Amino acid sequence: MADVNRGNRPLSPHLQIYRPQLTSITSILTRITGNALIVAALLITWWLLAAASGEAYFALVDGIVRSWFGKLVFLGSIWAVWYHFLAGLRHLYYDSGRGLDIPTAEMLGWACIGGSVVLTLITVIIL
Amino acid sequence: MAFLTDRKRAEGLGSAKTGTAHFWGMQVSSAALAVLIPIFVFTFGAILGAPHDEVVAYFARPFPAIITALTLVVGMTHFKNGAQVMIEDYAHGAARKWLIIGVICLSYAVMATGLFALVKLAL
Repeated sequence: MADVNRGNRPLSPHLQIYRPQLTSITSILTRITGNALIVAALLITWWLLAAASGEAYFALVDGIVRSWFGKLVFLGSIWAVWYHFLAGLRHLYYDSGRGLDIPTAEMLGWACIGGSVVLTLITVIIL
Repeated sequence: MAFLTDRKRAEGLGSAKTGTAHFWGMQVSSAALAVLIPIFVFTFGAILGAPHDEVVAYFARPFPAIITALTLVVGMTHFKNGAQVMIEDYAHGAARKWLIIGVICLSYAVMATGLFALVKLAL
């Protein structure tokens, strides 16, 4: 400790060194979907504020939210929220110290991808 | 540097007993959202597309209003902490601090705006 090496230490290789794997892709997707959901959160909050502000302003914002652009954002957000939901459950399972061996981790990865598509389809059909 | 003892060099660099607070906070908010999100998706999806008077009447009811308020507050808390981790991974120095401050401000602003709207709709 007294003669600790500062600066000239070996560094672990970063992302671009590794071949993409199911576990890394599903992990990165969790981050992307979670942060991208801020767009849906802003749209929903804007829509609520418009509803509280009165009929004329609501008509404007509701029109934007229900336009092809709004529908595209919401369709993407439905998939993102279900993916992030399943990946979050997987994270809680990992955090309990289980499911960390490679076959189980890869199976859970496919479960997140497949499950999110199925849940998105169910949501779109119901709504 | 040679005059510093090992202990002196290590002091103040530890977890200060709150090292796992952020992790625990994410676990709590994610557990809450695991329940809230499925309910919210279908509560909100059920009213999106309705005319203005129906939307106002819908959020005057306790269940949709409370679920929406809870999802907003817990969701934006979860976003605040989660986005902070992403910023800490990719941004450094002053940019990191400003981005984290920005994310915290945005999160509370969305919460406050959404809650104001819900209160106005409900009352």
